[in-house]
Amino acid sequence: MQAAKGTVFKYGDNVDTDVIIPARYLNSSDPAELATHCMEDIDKEFIHNVSKGDIIVATKNFGCGSSREHAPIAIKAAGISCVIAETFARIFYRNAINIGLPIIECPEAAQAIEAGDTVEVNFDTGIITDVTRGVSYKGQAFPEFMQKIIAAEGLVNYINQKPDAH
Amino acid sequence: MGMTMTQKILAAHAGLDHVEAGQLIEAELDLVLGNDITSPVAIKEMEKMNVDGVFHKDKIALVPDHFVPNKDIKSAQHCKCVREFARRNEITNYFEVGEMGIEHALLPEKGLTVAGDVIIGADSHTCTYGALGAFSTGVGSTDMAAGMATGKAWFKVPSAIRFRLVGKPAAWVSGKDVILHIIGMIGVDGALYKSMEFVGEGIRNLSMDDRFTIANMAIEAGGKNGIFPVDELAVAYMKEHSTKPYRIYEADEDAVYEEEYTIDLSSLQPTIAFPHLPENTKTIDEITEEIAIDQVVIGSCTNGRLNDLRIAAQVLNGRHVAPGMRCIVIPATQAIYLQAMEEGLLKIFIEAGAIVSTPTCGPCLGGYMGILAEGERCVSTTNRNFVGRMGHVDSEIYLASPAVAAASAVAGKISCPCRLS
Repeated sequence: MQAAKGTVFKYGDNVDTDVIIPARYLNSSDPAELATHCMEDIDKEFIHNVSKGDIIVATKNFGCGSSREHAPIAIKAAGISCVIAETFARIFYRNAINIGLPIIECPEAAQAIEAGDTVEVNFDTGIITDVTRGVSYKGQAFPEFMQKIIAAEGLVNYINQKPDAH
Repeated sequence: MGMTMTQKILAAHAGLDHVEAGQLIEAELDLVLGNDITSPVAIKEMEKMNVDGVFHKDKIALVPDHFVPNKDIKSAQHCKCVREFARRNEITNYFEVGEMGIEHALLPEKGLTVAGDVIIGADSHTCTYGALGAFSTGVGSTDMAAGMATGKAWFKVPSAIRFRLVGKPAAWVSGKDVILHIIGMIGVDGALYKSMEFVGEGIRNLSMDDRFTIANMAIEAGGKNGIFPVDELAVAYMKEHSTKPYRIYEADEDAVYEEEYTIDLSSLQPTIAFPHLPENTKTIDEITEEIAIDQVVIGSCTNGRLNDLRIAAQVLNGRHVAPGMRCIVIPATQAIYLQAMEEGLLKIFIEAGAIVSTPTCGPCLGGYMGILAEGERCVSTTNRNFVGRMGHVDSEIYLASPAVAAASAVAGKISCPCRLS
């Protein structure tokens, strides 16, 4: 079983890729460098407070805007283990899976979970548990292929691992 | 059950007679696009794959346009990476400075995008080519890498919203006002994961440049793609610009749409999106307060085409920008630049106190060539007014048409041509 457990950073609707990683830093594609500016224009303290394994929770349309894969790359490199939202913008959704950043849609959890809560996500079942409040929610479970992509840390590694590739 | 126009194109490229919303398919790609921001990441990913090279050297377009001419050393390194990859793989459609333009204005102009195509691009505004009746959508760098390597991509077949356009827009109302009106109506996630299919007799009153602007901003409503039927104007455009065979698809009469809207173009007014979301729209009549501005940008993949420059020049002709105003005009391609010069538009801009830049995405995404300082306000013909998009986190962007942008430059505050003396 794959799982994530960490402290929650909470954001609202329409968190766009420009605030996740401002374009002024897109002259780099180095994950570690991008991570140092992650969420800078929406939450200057994020990068100082985030610890490996922490979780982002947001409401509607997370990751809207540009197609920059640098956005999920920055979030992942900052140490975030999972993003939970009511809905994701479609390009961000695709990009997150492709680079192996776990994301899960669950409107109830996205509404109820608060900043600072400790949350655990079971990728097999899609169960999201707010440990701080003792409440569980049922999110979309991760299909097997998606879990394999996440385990391989991205689509390219996953394709390369598959014996029947090409 | 019938298929939408988008579904028909996807079915044909997946080798299927029929597809329906929600179905996962693998489709053949006619074109894979990348720019100087997204391609370096894709190239790095592709080089990790066990493949010999690209699937087809003529079906990949690489357009350095975001930070070129290189704005700094890191950007220069990225462009070098793209240039060397293009050379190594003998990519036909690599466009160097001097030939390049803003990708979504350039590719239709070069005839690389035609009706019936399936196109992916590692740039969210790839949806622009729907104006010509193609299915085109933005993806990330890993999808671009897989597309370059295999010539295929997987898609979830989208459901659709149908927008029936009727009537004729009034003077100073253009494609930008149409799409801002729609985004204001349905919201920035109103078309999430869906196709936006435009139909109706009103389309004949929209120029190709208007249609490119409308399809371009489908993504700002969360749409997977925006698409127009292929009429005589679209066919004439393709015949003028392309030698590629095109194929016209039409939605079935019994195609299913999740929602339908009718929009009377004659009822629309100049429309402005206030900070910090494209859905925060007001018509010019609804703006009662005076909103002083510091900068105007006329350009981008949304509104840097010839008609856009003609409209701006019409407003600026014989007038001068307000004292202290910075007005930046960016023709989207070299051909547009040249034509604007031959028509005397550039002279009008310069005499009005505006500057004219070489093609670049620069200021739209806060890259360079017009960054905003703390507290500054800009009226821009670009596509996003997110927090910090064009510079300082405490700056503000108002999205508008070229007519409103040019009039605002003259007035020094948000205005429209009908309000100028």
